[in-house]
Amino acid sequence: MHVPDGFLDIPTSVATGAVAAAGVGLALRGARRELDDRTAPMAGLVAAFVFATQMLNFPVGAGTSGHLLGGALAAVLVGPWTGVLCLSVVLLVQALLFADGGITAIGTNVTLMGVVGVGVGWLVFVLVQKVLPKRTSLVPVAAGLAGFVSVPAAALTFVGLFAVGGQAPVDLGAVLTAMLGWHLVIGVGEAVITGLVISSVVAVRPDLVYGARRVLATRTLEVRGPTTDREVPA
Amino acid sequence: MRTRTLVVTGLLVALVLAGVASFYASSHPDGLEYVAGRTGFLDSADEHAAGDGPFADYATKGVDDTRLSGGLAGVVGTVVVLVIAGGIGFAVRRRGSTDDRQDSRDETVV
Repeated sequence: MHVPDGFLDIPTSVATGAVAAAGVGLALRGARRELDDRTAPMAGLVAAFVFATQMLNFPVGAGTSGHLLGGALAAVLVGPWTGVLCLSVVLLVQALLFADGGITAIGTNVTLMGVVGVGVGWLVFVLVQKVLPKRTSLVPVAAGLAGFVSVPAAALTFVGLFAVGGQAPVDLGAVLTAMLGWHLVIGVGEAVITGLVISSVVAVRPDLVYGARRVLATRTLEVRGPTTDREVPA
Repeated sequence: MRTRTLVVTGLLVALVLAGVASFYASSHPDGLEYVAGRTGFLDSADEHAAGDGPFADYATKGVDDTRLSGGLAGVVGTVVVLVIAGGIGFAVRRRGSTDDRQDSRDETVV
């Protein structure tokens, strides 16, 4: 969903630039709460991984492809604020080094994928987790659902921006239907990939999955000795 | 699994995905580009200001072999992102770390 220069007019690009700057500013402060010596290495890893997987377009229909957005994935692994930072770095490098996504459109792309993609992903994840039983095996499920919703949410946001600042006179209804339709399908791919990646990290180091903290906190530590079997709350 | 093992493995996977698997990715336009083409606003896209860069469009200038050209671009991008995001992560982090038991006992998990 990388928006090139020219799709949206200058005022809209400037406005999304402001949103993006605010988002990144807040994220720099918020990330401090999420990252410590133990979890800091995950930030670089998640960003690098999102960059790599964004290169892997998969076909979704005759003539169209999709790729992982990674917002929900990042949010669940390193937390929403760090997730915004990871996505923003990816988008910045993509625009400047690879001409993928416009330069005046950087604010738009960070808003769509960094802020909305990560934000909606995190919110849906938290909501789904509240409803599901607290088990580590369900963290990837919640993450997958979050991923699924985040993609059409970002697509809808684009349509909104296009309604305000689009530079070509086209049928808005047609754009809305098409964007939503294709990105619901792409969302399925996002859900599957997100679920698989999260489940593999949860399997080996659930303590490094930010979204699993609450589940881990409710676990009781069983202490078994030769003469006693007693449960000690963790 | 040690953190280092996880991070190194993850990075290797990322590098293989970006450096090798990317060659096999679909070349169809993504959802936005496709819709733009179909509904008629694709032409409003401007030329990219960095379109002449050495890695523009994920191809390495001066490398003729398509596979190598794309793969190299992918690897370079992955490393650049890793360094920048990793640097920010380390700069922003709280010094010291909490282990799980301390987390659940002392902190109100928000």
